[in-house]
Amino acid sequence: MSKILIVAETLSGELHPTTAKAVACAQAIGGDIHVAVFGSGDQGPAQAAAEIEGVTEVLYVQHDENNAARAATLAPQVVALAAEGYSHLLAANTTTGKDLMPRVAALLGVPQVTDIMAVHGPRDFDRPIYAGNAITRVQAPGDFVLVGTVRTASFGAAGGGNSAAVSDKAVDAELPSHTRLVEQKTGGGDRPDLQTASRVVSGGRALGSSENFDIIFKLADALGAGAGASRAAVDAGYVPNDMQVGQTGKIIAPDLYIACGISGAIQHLAGIKDAGTIVAINNDENAPIFEIADLGLVGDLFEVVPQLTEKLG
Amino acid sequence: MKVLVPIKRAVDYNVRVRVKNDGSGVELNGVKMSVNPFDEIANEEALRLKEKGVVTEVVVATIGVAKAEDQLRSELARGADRAIHVVADQDIQPLQAARILKKLVEDEGIDLVLMGKQAIDDDANQTGQMLATLLGWPQATFASKVEIEGQTARVDREIDAGIETLEVDLPAVITADLRLNEPRFIKLPDIMKAKRKPLDKRELGDFDIDVPTLEVTETRPPSGREPGRMVKDVDELIATLKDKGLV
Repeated sequence: MSKILIVAETLSGELHPTTAKAVACAQAIGGDIHVAVFGSGDQGPAQAAAEIEGVTEVLYVQHDENNAARAATLAPQVVALAAEGYSHLLAANTTTGKDLMPRVAALLGVPQVTDIMAVHGPRDFDRPIYAGNAITRVQAPGDFVLVGTVRTASFGAAGGGNSAAVSDKAVDAELPSHTRLVEQKTGGGDRPDLQTASRVVSGGRALGSSENFDIIFKLADALGAGAGASRAAVDAGYVPNDMQVGQTGKIIAPDLYIACGISGAIQHLAGIKDAGTIVAINNDENAPIFEIADLGLVGDLFEVVPQLTEKLG
Repeated sequence: MKVLVPIKRAVDYNVRVRVKNDGSGVELNGVKMSVNPFDEIANEEALRLKEKGVVTEVVVATIGVAKAEDQLRSELARGADRAIHVVADQDIQPLQAARILKKLVEDEGIDLVLMGKQAIDDDANQTGQMLATLLGWPQATFASKVEIEGQTARVDREIDAGIETLEVDLPAVITADLRLNEPRFIKLPDIMKAKRKPLDKRELGDFDIDVPTLEVTETRPPSGREPGRMVKDVDELIATLKDKGLV
């Protein structure tokens, strides 16, 4: 039977919602599921992890260095835990997971399966290549520890209501001092996280300015949705990069995605094709976004979007 | 300071890839191949550091088929000083690539590795991190700004939550994200000049790449979406969304 360790992710002292998605992937693999939470004192995220359905044990690893999570200092701690007979080490395929897990794999001398989108067996997965334009089935012959990252858009979050045991875990690992966190500038705000929001409203270059993006935020708030943007809008400086949806930004799978003034470059479409229902609003009826949209509306977004906000608010 | 810029020959980013009918992979015959775009950005950054006087030599390297020399030549034309080509006909996985690059770093006395955050073919996003780990070096992935001062690099990283600034001691591996810079265009006279720049060939047999690997058993196209329909106005849109229980 598999014994799976999920490396939890925390942000601003809270358990990140993508951790429950990695747990869902572990449930598909099947086996004993443990979650490792790395912190420097506050057990809150560990308690939150204990509530995720399917988790049998939470390991809380305290270290002063863990007040600022970095791949260089986390990897040796994960590897120390791995020695306890885990068959799988998994993390969400977020920028944190992407940064960390190859370091873990290299310390263990094993390959990594990036972006697991479906599970056929404990060592048999689907993963996207070419920005999702092809899917490969990948197997890991042998019995080396399976290191992987989980495509969060492909798994619904595991449920809550669990109360797994939380144990303190001391790890014996030498942590390097060559990497220091200077600062983090996070967009934050009260809107739902893009990677876990059930509804997302995005704006493109057609918005024309930072100020005009306000209509996107208003519609997002009326719907209780996350707010995103195309790469063109980010590159034009209208909004910060953490809002970028697409292959080079965030890959998301909300139930409802509303694209406003987004033409639909391949790399943007790659980031939304797992969404439930895609709505496109664009004044160009030939925009490629309409080829992938479930519902399309040709019109001036400066009229349509405020109307939507008003009628839905 | 000597910089290594590992690059990869990959299907050009403008090409819409097609999966072969027998499921054995993606069609590469007659398809335009280019330098992985993130690697072009990495080389551009190395060249800018050289122009600032921080870096003395920029070495580009690739692991790949004989034709990958074309990609090395284009990065030489962009401005790199010399190239190393590890000729490999087989598929090289990230951990194997990291082991090959580690040996190049050691053989060449490299102080800084600048490379793309991922290749746009296999989208693995592993080699830079693995290389840093095998070397026992720090890493700064997804870089959108790099400043070198003395023996440290200060790097802005594009993370999901925004921007993070790390300070790492050199030597280090830095992987380039999209917004790090805009690579310069390659000029025709530079293409001619690049033909005379040194390009060393190395054999795959010189490297120990005996590590566990993954096996790709099938490649298939993604499942398509059902065709959608147009609505005439906001009211019809809202009514449809309400019908579906989405608002």
